[in-house]
Amino acid sequence: MESKTLTEQEKSLLQKISDLHEIPQVGVFNIRRNGKLMARNVDNEINIVSKKDKDGIDIIVKDNTKNKSVHIPVLLSQEGFEDMVYNDFYIGDNCDVLIVAGCGIHNASAKKSRHNGIHSFHIGNNSHVKYVERHLGTGKNKAKRILDPVTSVEIKKNSIFEMETVQLSGVSSAKRITKAVVGEGSSLIINEKILTENSAHATTNFEVVLAGDNSKVDVVSHAVAKDKSKQNFVSKVIGKAKCFGHVECDGILCEQAQISSTPQIIAQNRDASLVHEAAIGKISQDQQNKLMTMGLTAQEAEKAIINGFLK
Amino acid sequence: MLEIKHLNYSVVEDGNTIDILKDINLKIDDKELVVITGQNGSGKSTLAKILMGIIPATSGKIFLNGKDITDLSITDRARLGIAYAFQQPTVFKGLTVKDLIDIATGDTNTVASACDYLSRVGLCAREYINREVNSKLSGGELKRIELALLLARGAELNICDEPEAGIDLWSFDALVNLFQNEKRTFVVISHQRKLIEIASKVILMEKGKIKKVGTFGQMSECMQPLACDKLEGV
Ligand SMILES: Nc1ncnc2c1ncn2[C@@H]1O[C@H](COP(=O)(O)OP(=O)(O)OP(=O)(O)O)[C@@H](O)[C@H]1O
Ligand SMILES: [Mg+2]
Repeated sequence: MESKTLTEQEKSLLQKISDLHEIPQVGVFNIRRNGKLMARNVDNEINIVSKKDKDGIDIIVKDNTKNKSVHIPVLLSQEGFEDMVYNDFYIGDNCDVLIVAGCGIHNASAKKSRHNGIHSFHIGNNSHVKYVERHLGTGKNKAKRILDPVTSVEIKKNSIFEMETVQLSGVSSAKRITKAVVGEGSSLIINEKILTENSAHATTNFEVVLAGDNSKVDVVSHAVAKDKSKQNFVSKVIGKAKCFGHVECDGILCEQAQISSTPQIIAQNRDASLVHEAAIGKISQDQQNKLMTMGLTAQEAEKAIINGFLK
Repeated sequence: MLEIKHLNYSVVEDGNTIDILKDINLKIDDKELVVITGQNGSGKSTLAKILMGIIPATSGKIFLNGKDITDLSITDRARLGIAYAFQQPTVFKGLTVKDLIDIATGDTNTVASACDYLSRVGLCAREYINREVNSKLSGGELKRIELALLLARGAELNICDEPEAGIDLWSFDALVNLFQNEKRTFVVISHQRKLIEIASKVILMEKGKIKKVGTFGQMSECMQPLACDKLEGV
């Protein structure tokens, strides 16, 4: 029979991706482990139902739901497990919610572990949604831990969708696709933090359509590539209305790592204002010197700079 | 005590050697307030950076309390009690004022103790403590934070490169008091007459050399052209 308790390893993954220390007693959550539902709780404002036709859940947030959070972590602790899941989020009007998702993979074997999460957000009018997604891998360096998240977001009028994606250590390969259509008066704010090490690869692909007047997007990506890892950042912003778009990709290179950044900004309306900024380079000597004048060694300074950058 | 003997610094550019500092000799006693002044490009910042170990001397020796520190790293000098406030403060991405104060003091400060350093440089602490030290801060704010970090180090020997730059006139007196009240050694690079007047020793640099060392009174003659040209009276 499936165990209903978490191993120490699973607890540690859960804590790092969702700040939960254990299976919670209260609140709205859905914990998926090795492809199966492990625990769920809903209330009268936020409902979670399993899909009938495929693996995944629908998360339905009623109109006027305020100051609520939903945690939907995924754990992969069975070595060599490959998981694919479809999650749809329906957020009503006048809501203010926090959604914490994320996937922790533990794999120390020769087999590959993989999680593909396909997330679709449908956001109503006058709502504020903060979506936090953390990805983490643990286990031996050589084991394959693959995460390929796809997020598609559709924002109606006068809403704000804030997305914070964090991929810290241990993910050997990640292909992230994020697509969004932003309606009138709405804003999309994306903060991405990615650290790659060893021979990891990470690709990030953003495609944002600013469809309504006074729509906005602000993407800030902070990337640190260490060892022989490679990162590829591609972004495309299409302005179809009176809108404002800003994409910033900042990368720190260590050792023999590589980062590439490909911007595309397409203005299809004369009142569209779109900016792309990209800067990639090794750790700043000035920053390192400053911290050394305060007593840190060169290595300690580098660590502090990178930790701050990825915070 | 800091002692500099026959210090030279030169760089090679397009095959030509450029001498930036020429035979610098200097003694700075404990708890002195020394002001280094001189025209733009005379080599003040270069000298200060060599003292901190940020750039290496081409030749010559530096002694701190009798110990030869010429070949020590920045870190080792910092740990021996030298602290440095840059002419152009460095900005970071992600590190907050509190993070930097914690690094400066070497442990985790309470909000109250971190705020204390900021208040002493005239920053309303609570507004700043969690701000990122990035280029969104104004020039004067960055300079004050730089000074707060210097205070937080609590070092015996403090090197400040043009601390007054960007600091508004109302706060300048407070800055002067700060240097006078701290019972530690300060080596301050400055163009401000008021600081020059209160210094226990003024070092006038010209074209990579020390032209004269003395008190303001002893220097007044060679300060004359500077006083109208280069020094802004306060
Ligand atoms: N690496 C270098 N290569 C070439 N020239 C240099 C180098 N470093 C410093 N210099 C030159 O040395 C001179 C002294 O520079 P320094 O920054 O020390 O001047 P300063 O006295 O601090 O001037 P300011 O009052 O403007 O701050 C300048 O002419 C500068 O251009
Ligand atoms: Mg200078």
